[in-house]
Parts: sequence; structure tokens; C-alpha cells
Amino acid sequence: MLRFGKKKKAVPDGLFVKCDGCGAMVYRKNVQELLHVCPECNHHFRIGAWDRVELHTDEGSFEEMDADLLPCDPLKFVAKKAYVDDLKRDTEETGLSEAVICGTARIESRPVVFTAMDFRFRGASMGSVVGEKLTRAIELATERHLPLVMVAASGGARMQESALSLMQMAKTCAALQRFSKSGGAYVSVMTDPTTGGVTASWASMGDVIIAEPGALIGFAGPRVLKQTINQELPPDFQTSEFLLEHGFIDMIVERKDIKPTVAQVLSYLT
Amino acid sequence: MAVNANQERFAYDFERPILDIEKHIRELSERAASEHEDLSAKIEKLERKRDRLLEKTFKNLTAYQQVKLARHPLRPHPMDYIGMLVSDFIELHGDRRFGDDDAIVAGLGRLDDRRAMFIALRKGKETKEKIAANFGMPRAEGYRKALHKMKLAEKFGLPLICLIDTAGAACAAAAEERGVAMAIAENILTMAGLAVPIVVLVTGEACSGGALGVGVGDRFAMLENAYYSVITPEGLAAILWKDSDKAPEAAEAMKLTAAHMLEAGIIDTIVREPLGGAHRDPLVTSRNVEQYLTKALGELEQTPIEQLLEERYRRYRNIGVYRTAPPAMEQAG
Ligand SMILES: [Zn+2]
Repeated sequence: MLRFGKKKKAVPDGLFVKCDGCGAMVYRKNVQELLHVCPECNHHFRIGAWDRVELHTDEGSFEEMDADLLPCDPLKFVAKKAYVDDLKRDTEETGLSEAVICGTARIESRPVVFTAMDFRFRGASMGSVVGEKLTRAIELATERHLPLVMVAASGGARMQESALSLMQMAKTCAALQRFSKSGGAYVSVMTDPTTGGVTASWASMGDVIIAEPGALIGFAGPRVLKQTINQELPPDFQTSEFLLEHGFIDMIVERKDIKPTVAQVLSYLT
Repeated sequence: MAVNANQERFAYDFERPILDIEKHIRELSERAASEHEDLSAKIEKLERKRDRLLEKTFKNLTAYQQVKLARHPLRPHPMDYIGMLVSDFIELHGDRRFGDDDAIVAGLGRLDDRRAMFIALRKGKETKEKIAANFGMPRAEGYRKALHKMKLAEKFGLPLICLIDTAGAACAAAAEERGVAMAIAENILTMAGLAVPIVVLVTGEACSGGALGVGVGDRFAMLENAYYSVITPEGLAAILWKDSDKAPEAAEAMKLTAAHMLEAGIIDTIVREPLGGAHRDPLVTSRNVEQYLTKALGELEQTPIEQLLEERYRRYRNIGVYRTAPPAMEQAG
């Protein structure tokens, strides 16, 4: 089976690491032991898809599927840089074949279909491959009557595939519609950042939606939003906490507690 | 004539040479009438010249010129087609949750003798109307209103006709606060399983999830000069080039024309416009729209609903371009 770069780390190496939350230089080893969470301020660092597998599923239970699906360049897209070059670089730097990994796994012994996005690969944007892999995962869960656990992170639709990437929103939601109709249970885990077309499709459709603390979650990216509206926004705007307050998610769960929480939720839904 | 005055007022550079010839033709016609002069040979010559220029200009549009046509100030809007084609239209307001939204119009009406639910994007025409409609960029309540009316259509077995013209969903604090993304997601998912025929037609712009939130269906068409893309060309230029003047390049890069969408298998039909764009003859355009909608509805009515839903699923299921890694790569890593 294809295994792209399990060794490559999402957090760069070095003895100390600067926290994006509080700005403190914190001892890397402490951060790692805390599952990439700042010991000073509880800031949840961005982590990779394989880290998610490691943290949220039973050891050795994950079996990846569709790792052999690779991106094309259907529009022959060239902006300042060519899409093919971007893809090549991201593959080399992350060891990933695309921005999502999907497979079957167990969570506290409970069999599930598990998917996780990786922000390092094209900002975890959803193009044809991400859409296809997720749809296959959802279809597998439907077929085998397995619960679905999807960890979201995304900058939105993949610009370089334009309308094709928009259609992945419809494709994944259509598969989720069938999954839901068949009685399947879907737990969505939103992590920093989840924006654009991913928030506006599968990530928001969980039967139960969990978010990590302080994650950016929204439709418009904060920079575009600020430019457009030209007005000050509250500091917690578009955060997990803001979404909880406004009724769009069920709970905020710290990274270390996600696995037991998902297991507990599934014990009621399956 | 008011239309001609407006045409000149709002004309794009690439339209102007054609309008100049037409102005000349009008002047000659007037002179012919008032001074009883026979100028028909001259006029016919000019008309031929105009037709050649129309062909030359509009059969070789750049992507960005086409985007501009899709946004032409005189281009008929979805509500204009409803005005021209739909009888006994009754607008239905409100999302039953929070509010109403002028950017999306919902209502019941008759197309020929067929009863249907219509969902139409509205940009507005006069300044006040444009502001009220947020320039055609719906907020969460717009999508939730649409959802409420879709479910109404489903309950009473009425087909759904969606007419799209939007640069995207609202980019605003209030839209974020009320979950515009979640509203779009729910609409997309619901439309995928809505048990009535759905026909979607893009009449102008269709950008981002904002267009998809009322745009999932069994039949999917675009007017000839409409465009479909992940974001506006200006938006893409600002993100990828950090320079919104690169919009023409961005428009090219996104392969956003109706012809491209047909080639990619995203739409099934291109609804023709008069040469020069829908605004040059809204009536002819509306007849083409009517023909498409009635044909599509006629076909869908004949299809059992289970088959319809299966075909709708397949329609989206099959969109996407990817490759499978060659076996040699399986040893890597
Ligand atoms: Zn910190």
C-alpha cells in the first residue's frame, strides 16, 4: 500500500518553538508531549493528517484507502506559479499525495471510517482528489454501516480547479445525504482553520460537530472579510468559541479529549 | 429611443464600434423618412458591416470580456425572465428563522401551464434596490428562505426552477454570525435529495458556494455568456497575484465560460443568446430560456422520482479529474 511520508512532521524541528497563541518560546518537547498544544496558553498548534490518525484512532488500526489517487491539472492552471509546480512542491515537502487521507480505523475499539485533512498540502483546499477520496470514504461508510469521523481543516475550494472544485462540495454533500438517510452517524471535528467551501459543505453537516479550542471557522477568510467590510470585529470573531455561542457547533473539545469524546458520542448513535 | 440611449451610456469599449454603426444606420433611416430619400443601399451596406463586426467581436471574446457581458448593466436579470415568462407569480418571503433577504426571490408561478417553485437571485437595478439586495450576494437568511421554499415545493410536488446570477454569498460580519456557510451546506445537501425535479440555469454570474447553495439539480444549463467559477476573477487576482488588475488573466486561468463548463461535463446545455449578448434582444433570449426550461421539465416529469434521484446523484458523483498512481510508485515511501 502507498504510504506517503508518515515521517515528515507538520511542526518544524528545533529545540524551542514560538507559540502563535501567546508568542512565548516554549520548549518543543513539552509541546509535543501535550499533543502540540502550548503549555502556557493552551493554543492548539496545527498538526498534520497523520498526526490526527495517531491521536484520534486506536494504534495500528488505521488502514488507508485510495492513497493512489493523485491530482491532475485539468485547467492547465498558471497564475504567478503553475499549479503542477505547487503540487510537486507540496508533495515533496509534506510527503503527502494530496490534502486528505482516508481509511478505516478503530476508535476505542469501535470500527469507523476516518478522514483527516492536512493544511500543509495546498492549504487543505478541496479539489477533485479530496472530493473523490472523501466521497469514496462516505460511500464505504454507507455500504458497511460504519460511523463516519471526519477531521476538517481547509482554506476552502481549490482555486486552481475552479468550478470542478466547487462541484466537490455537491458531490460530498450528495454522498452525505445518502449516508444520513441510511441512518449513518457522522461526527465532524473542525480544526484550525476550517473555511470557505469546506465549511459550506461536508464539515458543517455532522450529526454532532466538535471543534478544537480557538480554531478559525468561517466562510469568508478573515483577511478578505476585514478588507471588504472595513470595520473592527470582536477578537473572538469566527472562532470555535464564537460558533458555539451562536449555535453552530455542539461542543469545544481539547485535542487530548477528542478521541474519548468521539467514542462516547458514537456509543449513543450507533 | 431610450434603449439605444442606455446602450450607448453603458456600452463597453468592445461594443462601441458596433453601436456607432447602428447610430449611423438610425440617422440614415431618419433622413430617409423625413426627406424621402432612398438610402436603402447605404443602409444595407452598413447593416452588413455591422453584422460582420458583431461576428468578429463576439465570436472571439476573451474570457474577461465574457465576464463583463455576464455583468452587463443592461443584461436581463433572473427576475426579468420571470417577468417575461412566468404568469401568476406569487412571491413568498421569509426564512421562518430570522428574516428575509432581497438577494434571493422565491415564489410560485406558471411557466406555460406548468406550476413550479422559482428561486431567483436578485442583484437589483436602481441603487436603492441594489443596496437592499446586497448586490445579489445572499446572506444566511436568503439561503434558509430558499430552503424553506424548496421543502414547500417538495411537499406539494412542484418542480423547482433556480435562476442564478451572483458573484457569491455575502462577505459580511452578519453573514458569518448567522452561519452563511452552514446554510449553504444544508441547502446543497438538501437539494441533492429533494424529491422533485430541479432545473438550474445560470443567467449571468455564478461564483463560489454562493451560487451552489441554490444550484444543485437534475438539469444544469448556462446562458451563452454566463460564467461559472470558484471566485470572481477580481477575487482570484487579489489572492493569487495580489493585484486585482490581473482579473483578465484570472478569468482566462479559471476556464469559466459556458463552453468550458459544457466540455467539463458540469452543465448539460448552453442556452443561446443573440449575437452581442442577451441585452441586445431580451425577448429572443427569454424565448430560448423558455424553450430550455419547458423541455427540461417535460423530460424530468416523465422520470420516476427514484430514478431521478439516482441520476442526480450520478451527475455530481462523476464530476472531478484525477489520476491513479502508476504501480511503480507503490514501492515509493
Ligand atoms: Zn501559547
